Amino acid sequence: MITTSGLTKVYSSRGREITALDGVDLHVREGEVYGVIGQSGAGKSSLIRCVNLLERPTAGTVTVAGQDLTALAGRGPRAGRELRRARSRIGMVFQHFNLLSSRTVQDNVELPLEILGKSGKERSRKALELLDLVGLADKSRAYPAQLSGGQKQRVGIARALAGDPKVLLSDEATSALDPETTRSILQLLRDLNRQLGLTVLLITHEMDVVKSICDSAALMEKGRVVESGTVSELLATPGSELAAALFPVGGDASGEDRTVVDVTFHGESATRPVVSQLARTYNIDISILGAAIDTVGGLQVGRMRIELPGRYEDNVVPIGFLREQGLQIDIVGRPTDRQPLLVKEGTK
Amino acid sequence: MNWSEMRPLLSEACWDTLYMVGWSTFIAVVGGLPLGILLVLTDRGGMLQNVVANKVIGQVVNITRSMPFIILMVALMGFTRWVTGTTIGREAAIVPLAIGAIPFFARLVETAVREVDDGLVEAVQSMGGNTWTVVRKVLVPESLPSLISSTTTTVVALIGYTAMAGTVGAGGLGDIAIRYGYQRFDTQLMWITVGILAVVISAIQFAGDFAARALHRRAGRSGPGPKLRLPRAKEPAAADVSKAA
Repeated sequence: MITTSGLTKVYSSRGREITALDGVDLHVREGEVYGVIGQSGAGKSSLIRCVNLLERPTAGTVTVAGQDLTALAGRGPRAGRELRRARSRIGMVFQHFNLLSSRTVQDNVELPLEILGKSGKERSRKALELLDLVGLADKSRAYPAQLSGGQKQRVGIARALAGDPKVLLSDEATSALDPETTRSILQLLRDLNRQLGLTVLLITHEMDVVKSICDSAALMEKGRVVESGTVSELLATPGSELAAALFPVGGDASGEDRTVVDVTFHGESATRPVVSQLARTYNIDISILGAAIDTVGGLQVGRMRIELPGRYEDNVVPIGFLREQGLQIDIVGRPTDRQPLLVKEGTK
Repeated sequence: MNWSEMRPLLSEACWDTLYMVGWSTFIAVVGGLPLGILLVLTDRGGMLQNVVANKVIGQVVNITRSMPFIILMVALMGFTRWVTGTTIGREAAIVPLAIGAIPFFARLVETAVREVDDGLVEAVQSMGGNTWTVVRKVLVPESLPSLISSTTTTVVALIGYTAMAGTVGAGGLGDIAIRYGYQRFDTQLMWITVGILAVVISAIQFAGDFAARALHRRAGRSGPGPKLRLPRAKEPAAADVSKAA
């Protein structure tokens, strides 16, 4: 539904060049919720702005619903008629809502329809229908200043849906909201995705957002996508930073001569008693440092951090046994493993 | 001079002032609003970025603004005659008044429009809006309270300028104050005129503040808005906020 290839954006100011996007290839399938996560400055914002060409990419192409937007853009800085029509079919919600304070809630939702040149009657019918959909039917006459943050974002979502888009872009839509409200907004996005078959591309710095609603995710660092795939693919990827961050298990080795192993179960392997089998077969003592079962992207996933006596070299055989059981094994602290990812905002 | 002599003089002067100020304000708004918006749009990073045009408009505005009004009036005499057929009288005064006020108002518009959040512009662009849509649906309505305050400031400044327009026989209250009060030492008439001017200016300022305040309150925006100087028992805006919370 959305494909970017070789997307590059270079900002130049006062002779210095800053590469915000460095050849980003992204593929968002129809009907999925796709999350792009990364720290501030990773290029997420530039990426989502390039998708509807609010930001002109320096190189590369953007295709939305089979239409090459970069080809429509032309050379000048102003958006031509074709590009504007294409944009009207892509909804966008913003971190700071961007509602017009001089207009009522209903008039805000009607704004995209005014731009599309719809009649007054049609506009108000559609706006009320959408406000009902986002649960704000009783606030149509209120002004944005009278609403809470969550309500404002609901208005923002209703407005983004006014042009019947197939694609919704969400630019940190929940980052200005408290955790409770974040959950309800994410639930709304999920419902809309299911009910309307809406394809959602969202950018966020919060792992919880990806965890609760995304079917697929990509991790951005320094303008590049370093990992991407469906959530289940990511969880099945050994050493995946995203998987580790999506599903962290705690616990440190209790001594020098210990091997710490992360075991990830999904699907049918989750039901087998592998730990007791391991203990019996090799006659070793296993301590469990941490364990959790969670739902990630709609999948039941279990993860356990266990500790085996002896160094890695002493445990090659038991680890091989675990691998044979079809489990995903990550050895913690091995030089081949990368540091666990910490996604934090506001550390700059 | 007694009151029965003063009255027709003052009422005529009042009308002359309002006539000149009314028309020149109208022209200043019609001319200054687009000019001010253009200053924002053509600036670096603006939707119609055009550095050359921006510099040219900016310089024209600066030069016009730096000219003392009395000089501007003399400098424009040829143009005034071409427009109105005369250089004397209240119609003739409207020309330099308006031309002096256009760049003044344009700068105020520029400041007001710059205050509008870029995110709103981006939102409308993301809906497929063009530059004209952005101007009509975002820049003007969102800065309306500030634009009204700017208009009030312009009106008050223009009332001051009309006193100088008296030197080309335009009449008006300022002219009376100078001719009778200053030149003929009629202190009483001068003070009455000044009193009337003070009342007129206060009334205009009050009306402008009230309108801007009302719009601000509706939009519920915080931040520095024009302040209403009337003591109020209870702010209705506060009630709205608590309800929403």
